[in-house]
Amino acid sequence: MTGISAPSDREQQVLDRIERVRKRRAKVKEERITLSHGSGGKATHTLIEAVFLEAFRNPLLEPLEDAATFTVDGGRMALTTDSYVVSPIFFPGGNIGDLAVNGTVNDLAVSGARPLYLTAGFILEEGFPVADLLRIVESMRDAATAADVSIVTGDTKVVQRGKADGCYINTAGVGVIEYPGRLGVATVRPGDVVLVSGPIGDHGITVMLARGELDIEADLESDTAPVHELVATLLAATPGVRAMRDATRGGVATILNEVAQAADVAVVVDEDAVPVGKEVRGASELLGIDPLYVACEGRIVAIVDGAEAETALAAMRGHPLGASAAIIGRVKADPPGLVLLNTVFGGTRICDLLVGDPLPRIC
Amino acid sequence: MRYVDEFRDADTARALSAKIAGLCEPGREYKFMEVCGGHTHTIYKHGLEDYLPENITLVHGPGCPVCVIPMGRIDDSIHIARQPDVLMTSFGDMMRVPGSGGNFFDSNAEGTNIRMVYSPLDSLKIARQNPDKHVVFMAIGFETTAPSTAMTVLRAAKEGIENFSIFCNHITIIPAIKAILDSPDLRLDGFIGPGHVSTVIGCRPYEFIAGEYGKPIVVAGFEPLDILQSIYMLMLQLRDGRSEVENQYSRVVPWEGNLTALRVIAETMELRPYFEWRGLGFISHSALRVRPEYERFDAELKFDVPGVRVADPKACQCGEVLKGVLKPWECKVFGTACTPETPIGTCMVSPEGACAAYYNFGRFTRTRVREASLATVDELAGSARRVPS
Repeated sequence: MTGISAPSDREQQVLDRIERVRKRRAKVKEERITLSHGSGGKATHTLIEAVFLEAFRNPLLEPLEDAATFTVDGGRMALTTDSYVVSPIFFPGGNIGDLAVNGTVNDLAVSGARPLYLTAGFILEEGFPVADLLRIVESMRDAATAADVSIVTGDTKVVQRGKADGCYINTAGVGVIEYPGRLGVATVRPGDVVLVSGPIGDHGITVMLARGELDIEADLESDTAPVHELVATLLAATPGVRAMRDATRGGVATILNEVAQAADVAVVVDEDAVPVGKEVRGASELLGIDPLYVACEGRIVAIVDGAEAETALAAMRGHPLGASAAIIGRVKADPPGLVLLNTVFGGTRICDLLVGDPLPRIC
Repeated sequence: MRYVDEFRDADTARALSAKIAGLCEPGREYKFMEVCGGHTHTIYKHGLEDYLPENITLVHGPGCPVCVIPMGRIDDSIHIARQPDVLMTSFGDMMRVPGSGGNFFDSNAEGTNIRMVYSPLDSLKIARQNPDKHVVFMAIGFETTAPSTAMTVLRAAKEGIENFSIFCNHITIIPAIKAILDSPDLRLDGFIGPGHVSTVIGCRPYEFIAGEYGKPIVVAGFEPLDILQSIYMLMLQLRDGRSEVENQYSRVVPWEGNLTALRVIAETMELRPYFEWRGLGFISHSALRVRPEYERFDAELKFDVPGVRVADPKACQCGEVLKGVLKPWECKVFGTACTPETPIGTCMVSPEGACAAYYNFGRFTRTRVREASLATVDELAGSARRVPS
């Protein structure tokens, strides 16, 4: 419905009005929290900006990066936290425990920090099997060992049956930033390239299928893994890294929208270049969802100076977690704030933030 | 992936695109409506409009069944869901369609239990697992989904399941197309016919479109090459001065439809005298209800459904946008009373609807988007961007 010629005066007036509304401060219109507020899409962004950022506003929070970075006694540090409510608690390739460790390790790593210490808070439902808790805690211990971090403090609460779904975990993590450069999505500029460290969507689709509601079976495992070594390898190989993100909730498309908006640039992705495993692709086709919006738990998106593209790609591919890394797109000046996708079919579409979770379609 | 990749081949698309362009008469504007929401999704997802010359416009039709459900029916569903011990089930894309006081997610936040299911038969499973609840399936969709609802009712009857009923909102495609064709200011040159619906009803019901109204229609599949080929077939008909029903999707759609599916619909459901469509108003004989023989499975009889009609504001001009008479920004309520956050008409409800797409991206002309992306393809072509196989 967009014209080829310049818009008429009346059309321009309508467009200007929409633009004014768009620039107004975010406001949560709903009277109650809905599931969409937790999905990582537009509703989550509005909630964070209108409620949390509004109340807590400070220079460390404002960039809304995966971790806050600050200086203590001349040393730079990163601090992050994340809560885990995955259902089912056990799924092919992992469980809520290693997810909780890897997730927080990864948020620190993509901020350029070497993860050091983690906290672990447990909210347990009355009746939850102790044997399951032991399994979860053992995999947390193993994940912490693998990521070279220690879980140094924690908390336990038990709630009445029905007030929680088995086991929820919160982890927080602190790390030290030894990397001398500045990282952050606001530093992204036209000419940069976008890399992804491996096939996308494995975790999200695995968990969706593990819920058993779909009667689809696939030989698929979660991609949950600590990415701190991969990140260190990449940062050591090139000074051209501008920003990195852990492609969790909302998937790669959501992250790229955050980049486009924070840096006021266009991100153009080549669908053909995005690595997607055949099981993930098959399940996505069946369900009518787009892998670009599906969560990963061990994949990073890196924005790198265009001149360093090949060096960065080679560095990523040199690490086992990045063996299938690919350059998937490029940063442009225009149109600012948008993510565009060149489809395999040869067309172009705008890849917007989703309102909420991707929902299976009937039509 | 087999049966998918071959229908998305860019080389074939380029060849078809050139043939389509070759059939365009200079100075003539062509407008085709894709009736089905699934087609709109394919066109959007693959950026198909980039293959069409400037003088061919695709008009997105009324075939998104969740978008045409009027607010009153959503309010009625929520009313049923609020009754004691009711567990409601619904298809996923219904969850976000707004009623007058919010959508199903909002309603759940206020205490109802409306769960997403992938098939009506899953609702029956939930009913068996929850004997202390009454499970109501919010049945929606065209003739595409009606057979699975019908089968579910038959199975519930056979198994004697008492705690299950359906809130029937099934609609039929032909009266909606007819309502559009009867519009005096219609500016359409032809139709891309709905593939999924046609697997059930076949191609014969469309004959009046070609015969009485003289408009070509090609029943199309859902991959991008299917749609492109259908547009080519429509252009051939126009060039030859023909108006016929053609079946591009013959690998799936039998000319006579699926007689078994039609039989189970007829066994369990009957036509309503009229039904309201969001943005299109009341259309006679355009929806189905449960037959009296199966009334014990009819939620409308089981529960006291208020049936309040929430009027579309008079100013909503979805009908005109759907018929291709108005551009979205020309509608009186566009961008003021009607926005993606507070949609009034069907064109704003679906993110792919003409009005929602224009609201979100109208400020970027297609040309500007295309130029930005094309430059990138060229730049990337020189670098090692492929994943090792």
